[in-house]
Amino acid sequence: MQDQPIEPHTLSLLVENEPGVLARVIGLFSGRGYNIESLTVAEINPEEHISRITVVTSGTPMIIEQIKAQLDRLVPVHSVNDLTAEGPFVARELAMVKVVGKGEPRVEALRIADVFRARPVDSTSESFVFEITGSGEKVDAFIDLMRPLGMTDVARTGSLAIARGR
Amino acid sequence: MTEERMSGAALIIRALQDQGVDTIFGYPGGAVLPIYDEIFKQNQLRHILARQEGGAVHAAEGYARSTGKVGVVLVTSGPGATNAVTGLTDALMDSIPIICFTGQVPTHLIGNDAFQEADTTGITRPCTKHNYLIKSPDDVARVVHEAFMVATSGRPGPVVIDVPKDVQFAEGVYQPPSTVRHRSYNPQTEPSSGKIDEALDMLAAAKKPVFYVGGGVINAGPEASETLVKLVHTTGYPCTQTLMGLGAFPGSDPLSVGMLGMHGMYEANLAMHQSDLIVCVGARFDDRVTGRIDAFAPNAKKIHIDIDPSSINKNVHVDLPIIGDCGVVLTQLLDGWNAKGLKADGAAISAWWEQINGWRERKCLSYVQGKDIIKPQYALERLQAHMDKDPREGYITTEVGQHQMWAAQYLKFEKPNHWMTSGGLGTMGYGLPAAIGVQIAHPDALVVDVSGEASFLMNMQEMSSAAQYKTPIKVFILNNEWMGMVRQWQELLHGGRYAESYTESLPDFVKLAECFGWTGLRATTPDELDDVIAKMIATDGPVIADICIAKDENCFPMIPSGAAHCDMLLGPNDQANSSVSSGGMTLV
Ligand SMILES: Cc1ncc(C[n+]2csc(CCOP(=O)(O)OP(=O)(O)O)c2C)c(N)n1
Ligand SMILES: [Mg+2]
Repeated sequence: MQDQPIEPHTLSLLVENEPGVLARVIGLFSGRGYNIESLTVAEINPEEHISRITVVTSGTPMIIEQIKAQLDRLVPVHSVNDLTAEGPFVARELAMVKVVGKGEPRVEALRIADVFRARPVDSTSESFVFEITGSGEKVDAFIDLMRPLGMTDVARTGSLAIARGR
Repeated sequence: MTEERMSGAALIIRALQDQGVDTIFGYPGGAVLPIYDEIFKQNQLRHILARQEGGAVHAAEGYARSTGKVGVVLVTSGPGATNAVTGLTDALMDSIPIICFTGQVPTHLIGNDAFQEADTTGITRPCTKHNYLIKSPDDVARVVHEAFMVATSGRPGPVVIDVPKDVQFAEGVYQPPSTVRHRSYNPQTEPSSGKIDEALDMLAAAKKPVFYVGGGVINAGPEASETLVKLVHTTGYPCTQTLMGLGAFPGSDPLSVGMLGMHGMYEANLAMHQSDLIVCVGARFDDRVTGRIDAFAPNAKKIHIDIDPSSINKNVHVDLPIIGDCGVVLTQLLDGWNAKGLKADGAAISAWWEQINGWRERKCLSYVQGKDIIKPQYALERLQAHMDKDPREGYITTEVGQHQMWAAQYLKFEKPNHWMTSGGLGTMGYGLPAAIGVQIAHPDALVVDVSGEASFLMNMQEMSSAAQYKTPIKVFILNNEWMGMVRQWQELLHGGRYAESYTESLPDFVKLAECFGWTGLRATTPDELDDVIAKMIATDGPVIADICIAKDENCFPMIPSGAAHCDMLLGPNDQANSSVSSGGMTLV
């Protein structure tokens, strides 16, 4: 059991949007020593007060099975889907990256943003805020390139995911 | 139908009445006064006043475990709620249905560090199955009914309902239980198809099978135990029980091999170790049961029947998980076995029994009772003998320590719901309030708390509750003047350095009993013992029997932490030769 490989899994939960539901999910991870690599949450069905939580975690297959069973046991959790196990899925992250500077670095930042299909969503004469979406690796790479060009701040969502096809 | 409107406090009482609740254990305070006011105005619901909120929860646990009903608790905000936390955790670990109402400061003061404010839902989130903070009186009835469903269905557990004081005063609409449905919570009770057939094939093919049964069978109700007995008898296979499962299968049945685990029977642990099929019913492969996990039952295929999917493959990989209510699954197995006309492998099974009977011959519970000093084992055997002669229904609760393990080993458990012990959490101080709760539920029964002198001191304030309600419980203290279980571990693992495990300055338990209006008795020699037990049982009111036992007796058999089932210590002689691995040292 101990020598099973540790693998990342993307879990997609539907939960009641009620006070404390996020604390229940996060508390379960911290209380039982599971990993959270990223977590995103938002209401997706306002009439029925249903939210989706996307959580990227990692563990041995036995731990992943435990995590799913423990999550499913929480009273306000409607469903737990293991996207990694269930078939192909698309995952995206959104980041906003602030770059401050003038002259050549500023031009270079714009050029790279274009290559990455990142859009400026705010600009002043001395700064840009770029919006970028893509895989986690793509966002990482963009941030790495922006850092020497005057990057001062980043906000990113963590992974959002949905199964492919019907 | 006209709407029924009433205050939040009245809605709580009304909902409890509609749920069939007759008893509530609690302790008042500012934040629950409106609810107490409503209790005062009616007489359908009886309130039992504990002397500390922890005692109230344990009493409710005793009530719940001995009746199969929900135990209901009412405490105030802040310290009332925090005092309840140990009991809630205990109920979570042992899967006991409890509903605990906690008062809360008025909604507009929440978050202000108001007087006696605590973040009760935050504090109790990890130690309850679920909890609620009610923000509107219109939600009160729905939440209470929903809480009953959550506490009792699936794997049972404790639920906290936090009620701000303004919600208790404000008027809301009543909803009857039948209107309440839950959208996201719906535990599976019927096993998926196909699993039963697969299990039957494995059962019929087994040559060295063992049924390993736990508290889940008891939670599934007395019919589940009856079905278990039939299935075990139909197959002729041995059956071992966990600490929580004692009584799920009759201990006196020839097919019972007794309790397994750290202080379990030699034959039970060896049967597990050598088996080729383990049928786990409502147990959870807990570390007290498995011992060293990589050496656990190396040749056994495992079937695991449990209502809680998260119990499956948590500690031990199983070959066939069956999610469902133990009673339902056992019935399907029994019916399937009969319908298919299956037969056990007669030759293999009698060879297996021969092996087991060989282990039985080791008589792992033997001890020597001398003339001068009472051995705890002897005291318990005499207690059992006297209880057997008594016409009343007997119930046992315990505290935690050596006396608890001896009680599990030397007393007899024939029926479910008659044995109440803190298994998962191991809470010292559980037994006295639990005994009160049992006696409240069964006024005519003979209820005995097998206690240790150190554990008893942890909740002895509840003597006052027992006196008030004239619950004639019997506290049978196996007094070794030590935190015996701690002393035993220090002897085995810490070179006999007995740090802080001697119970200094013990009270005179006889006088202590008397000053609370109880009867106090004492036995110091073996020939005094029978008289004291007889007197204890014959006394009308509550009794402490202070049984002064051997001070340095250790509890055997024992599988030291980090050891395998086949490495049991059977007695003091083995103990001298044992060495515990450094990995084992760090385990508890
Ligand atoms: C609340 C709590 N604190 C500490 C412990 C650790 N502990 C386990 S057994 C034990 C000693 C119990 O002593 P006693 O009640 O006299 O029972 P004995 O072992 O002597 O029979 C202790 C301190 C515990 N189980 N529960
Ligand atoms: Mg003691």
